[in-house]
Amino acid sequence: MWDRIKPHEGNLRVWQVGVLVLMLSAWQLASRDQQLAFFLGEPVQVLGRIWSWFLPWSLPPGALFADGLAGNADIYRHLGTTLLETVLAFCIGTVLGLGCGLWLALAPTASAIMEPYIKAANAMPRVILAPIFAMWFGLGIWSKVALAVTLVFFIVFFNVYQGVREVSPVVLANARMLGANQRQLLRTVYLPSATAWVFSSLHTSVGLAFVGAVVGEYLGSARGVGYLIQQAEGTFDVNTVFAGIVVLTAFALLLDGLVGRIERRLMKWQPRQGETEKL
Amino acid sequence: MSDFALEFLGISCTFRSSDAAAARYTAVADTTLRIRAGEFVSVVGPTGCGKSTLLNIGAGLLAPSSGEVRVFGEPLNGINRRAGYMFQTEALMPWRSAIDNVMVGLQYRGVPDAAARAQAQAWLDRVGLSEFGDRYPHQLSGGMRKRTALAQTLALDPDIILMDEPFSALDIQTRQLMEDEVLELWSGASEGRRAAPRPEPTPSGGGRNAPGGENGRKAVLFITHDLDEAIAMSDRVVVLSAGPATRPIGEFDIDLARPRNVAEVRTQPRFVELHSQIWNVLRDEVLKGYQQQLRKAA
Repeated sequence: MWDRIKPHEGNLRVWQVGVLVLMLSAWQLASRDQQLAFFLGEPVQVLGRIWSWFLPWSLPPGALFADGLAGNADIYRHLGTTLLETVLAFCIGTVLGLGCGLWLALAPTASAIMEPYIKAANAMPRVILAPIFAMWFGLGIWSKVALAVTLVFFIVFFNVYQGVREVSPVVLANARMLGANQRQLLRTVYLPSATAWVFSSLHTSVGLAFVGAVVGEYLGSARGVGYLIQQAEGTFDVNTVFAGIVVLTAFALLLDGLVGRIERRLMKWQPRQGETEKL
Repeated sequence: MSDFALEFLGISCTFRSSDAAAARYTAVADTTLRIRAGEFVSVVGPTGCGKSTLLNIGAGLLAPSSGEVRVFGEPLNGINRRAGYMFQTEALMPWRSAIDNVMVGLQYRGVPDAAARAQAQAWLDRVGLSEFGDRYPHQLSGGMRKRTALAQTLALDPDIILMDEPFSALDIQTRQLMEDEVLELWSGASEGRRAAPRPEPTPSGGGRNAPGGENGRKAVLFITHDLDEAIAMSDRVVVLSAGPATRPIGEFDIDLARPRNVAEVRTQPRFVELHSQIWNVLRDEVLKGYQQQLRKAA
């Protein structure tokens, strides 16, 4: 019997879902206590919150929801704002990081001069820049984009820097012997070599772009999922806070999957496990 | 016009240690070596004797501390545009498929993509990789990667080919196969030039005013530590002394008939005779080189 149900490759998914169900049931049980429920929230209520955020259909009062469920479908404006900020920050940060990384890696003098400042800027807790950005860019989306860009930029920057420095000297010498000029070297050797490093950093930076956007909204804004969470916190509506967290997590996973997809398409030259030496 | 494709005239090369400015290492000292157009010259020497340094100087990747390199009579300045280089280690771009690797040099020269692709395919055909153009380097075996690198080098139709122990990483059978193939491509260069689509004259190539020598053969400077390989393939074998301050200490003309088969030629009495002659010179240097490595490690 145990042999059938013990974790193996085939029933992995079942076990994964099992863990989730177990955790949710424990949570639901714990929240039967009114005092605990005030702090922990209630999974069913969280779910109901998500329902009214996304779906336009109301539910009449019933066993689970004493007051019924309103079908507001009103999150799209907020979610759209947060996603727009994230994607903008992600793109701007990546392009800036790529540009600066390439430039500094290929200009040893400039990199020697800038090194202490880059180190300082990277060591600084950059979330603390949010008030400054709010002053500079106002409470619209751009202060959030700026904050998230500072988070994304350094990750991509350091990876590109590393990637360019670790270009195989033989591949480089070979390209030069084949007659490449500086621009051709950049396009055919440095950039492709750096992309491998960039993609490994994009998974981290897409998450951080989200962090920057939401933290920025939380600290001062008029729309966005971070704003919703902040409003809910103000009224001690812990269910809505949890619902916001769930929605953000789901969309972070979605973006991460998207990056993974693009990566697999662009990086098909890289050996994957079990694929090496196909012949 | 000069008879020589590549001349090293009184070359010395001294490296400065990066952590101790006073510590200097003279890799190559006062070396003069001339390679005629169309000649196949092998350079043998103990490990770490500065063979690769010499080759890099000939390629223009490294500037000598003193002395002059001449390419078809012209002093070399910067990268040697008349030369192709086959490296010891992997030099293919892992992010380009085999055919893209072969055509990259043509693209650098401004050949339109369609023409470059056609020429690259012709070269892949000649090295026996017709079907493998769309594979990435990691999907090819070591021998196939070397063939791709060979096609990549030859696709540019260089007058001089520099080879730095190109087959040292291959197993012995693959290696002999590749050696034969290189010899065939080299000796058949004249007809090959007609058969294979010829790269267009390029601004960077300095024109095609100098033919590659008799039969349009290319000059080859082949670096190896394998004496058998050197004798089997070359017109001339140059022995280098152990480092530091490497210099040529012996030159041997290899008067074995061509075309040769590298496996069969080893059984000829003349081959054995040459081998023992050269080995007499080389043996002391190999021992010296080994002693130095021991001292360095101690």
